[in-house]
Amino acid sequence: MTIKGTPLVEMRDISISFGGIKAVDHVTIDLHPGEVVGLLGHNGAGKSTLIKCLSGAYQADAGQILIDGKPVTIENPRDARAQNIETIYQTLALADNLDAASNLFLGRELVSPLGFVNDSKMEAETRKIMQRLNPNFKKFNVPVSALSGGQRQSVAIARAVYFNARILIMDEPTAALGPQETEMVSELIQELKKQGLGIFLIEHDIHNVMKLCDRASVMKNGQLVGTVNVDEVTDEDILSMIILGKKPEKAA
Amino acid sequence: MTDTSTPKTDQNISPLNRFLRATEIDTRLLGMLGALMLIWFGFHFYGAIFGNGGFFLTPRNLWNLSVQTSSIGIMATGMVLVIVTRNIDLSVGALLGLTAMIMGLLQVNILPQYLGLGSPFIWIIAVVVGMTAGTIIGAFQGWLIAYRGIPAFIVTLGGLLIWRGCAFLAAGGRTISPVDANFALLGGGPYGAVGETGSWIVGLLACVGVIWMLHSGRKQRREHDFKLRPMWAEGFLAAVGCGAIIGAVLLVNAYPWPTGIVNAYAKANNITVPPEGLVISHGFAIPVLILVTVGILMTILMTRTRFGRYVFAIGGNPEAAALAGINTKWMTMKIFALMGMLAGLAGVVASARLNSATNALGVFDELYVIAAAVIGGTSLAGGLGTIYGAILGALVMQSLQTGMVLIGFDTAIQQIVVGSVLVLAVYLDNLYRKKVK
Repeated sequence: MTIKGTPLVEMRDISISFGGIKAVDHVTIDLHPGEVVGLLGHNGAGKSTLIKCLSGAYQADAGQILIDGKPVTIENPRDARAQNIETIYQTLALADNLDAASNLFLGRELVSPLGFVNDSKMEAETRKIMQRLNPNFKKFNVPVSALSGGQRQSVAIARAVYFNARILIMDEPTAALGPQETEMVSELIQELKKQGLGIFLIEHDIHNVMKLCDRASVMKNGQLVGTVNVDEVTDEDILSMIILGKKPEKAA
Repeated sequence: MTDTSTPKTDQNISPLNRFLRATEIDTRLLGMLGALMLIWFGFHFYGAIFGNGGFFLTPRNLWNLSVQTSSIGIMATGMVLVIVTRNIDLSVGALLGLTAMIMGLLQVNILPQYLGLGSPFIWIIAVVVGMTAGTIIGAFQGWLIAYRGIPAFIVTLGGLLIWRGCAFLAAGGRTISPVDANFALLGGGPYGAVGETGSWIVGLLACVGVIWMLHSGRKQRREHDFKLRPMWAEGFLAAVGCGAIIGAVLLVNAYPWPTGIVNAYAKANNITVPPEGLVISHGFAIPVLILVTVGILMTILMTRTRFGRYVFAIGGNPEAAALAGINTKWMTMKIFALMGMLAGLAGVVASARLNSATNALGVFDELYVIAAAVIGGTSLAGGLGTIYGAILGALVMQSLQTGMVLIGFDTAIQQIVVGSVLVLAVYLDNLYRKKVK
């Protein structure tokens, strides 16, 4: 494993259990600026749970989170956002009854000097960022429940990108997308990487992992199987890590 | 950057749709107004043809209708928030009864001892204490729901019994009466209305408000290069808004004080009554103005503040709201506190109108309040609802009630009709929503 100075994020020895079942068991992973780290494993391996400790949705029972080498406490999603950690959840976490702009700014509404929400300003900002991310997006005044899977995804992505994230967590961002939209997300990931963001990518498609990720951390039954540099291994190696839960010897 | 790709499909839609699109009128609102008109005209002509005359569409009846709607309407605005966030509050009627009883005891048994009977502070202190008590009780119920995880249905069902019992115990089962004279004005009646000139002032201010709203909305859109309504549509909205307001002013001013009260008033103020009689108009009743003010404030809260945005977000997807950093538990507690405060305010209006605090005050109100909110388009699945809808819903419920009394239906039939209308209204609403989708 190559060392590239202080990691942007370090999750050290994280454990969390639900009703006696260890969902995450002493896992340590890290992420550097401008790097994409893939998180892989079967369903229920603990990837999403681990990442939710970073995004503030869960609190770890044990372990430490360091950002720029400094320990931080993340007790709720607000704390995570304050550290410029943005998350795109697998479920997208959109309020279906609200429009794109309200979702994009949810919890961080733009307000007028009198403290009233400034809907037209928010819509204008949403139009701007959508112009960049998904120029075909035109449905600004309807609830997001009326949008297609890809359009909903672009709202969720816009929300993460708009607020100048330094650390981006993407939980299966392409799971519900068609080939064209998947391509769009890949391009976006490359672009954000160039801008120096660190990205945790939970992904099942091994080809996407090989294409997009710099390193891959594989989990099984709540434990970390190992972390490998993607260009030093084959997709077969990674698959065997996922299935057998063993690190390939040549990459160790 | 100009948007050149807007689909130009305006040619192949019907004139009605084009009109609705240009004016951006909520078709659901039109449906509700239509239903209301149907009820009003139906009762009027039913009375005129089969009964002893059409009494529904008279200034007197409509004025009374507006007063009777106030207490339910005030609570229905709060119930919208509760239901939008996927909760329910069954305790509002009992809460109204308890706060009314607290206020009654305060102004009849306690405050006069210290301030003297008829002191102008009595009504202020009573209102503040009553609304504060409502807020505290509401907040307590909200705390049990949000932080102790007891379902809202259970907490407020318990509350329904508990607060009703507390009200009974507080007064030892007696009816507390009469309330302070100033307090009684808040319930309406000839003296509890703002009169002819007052109503014109209110009406003109409201017209200015309508035009200012349309103007500032247009300014905002222009600032961000959004599509503007055509000028004729803006003019149409202004005309309809101001027309409705002026119509309401003319209506309430067309209802004069009863002769007995005019004569008593003239005598007390040394006015000589001319032989043809003195005509003094009621004007808007104070409880109606309270309802309208509450409606406006609650609409601002729901559509223009973060609080309102979070209410809808929690209703739409509670998990997403929490992940967006919204403190959903604290929000729930605040919503129930607000509901309690409004129940206290409704307690003011209801007890002032009766001039007494009784044990029966607010019985079954929770059901009418929930029905009003639901008829007004608040979805029990959460995430959808409007304040004006709930107020209109309250008006529909009250119109049915009043209309059936006027044409002489007995209570049993009234209950059957109100129950059926509730179920039918929600069914039609479901159909409408499916069609719109």
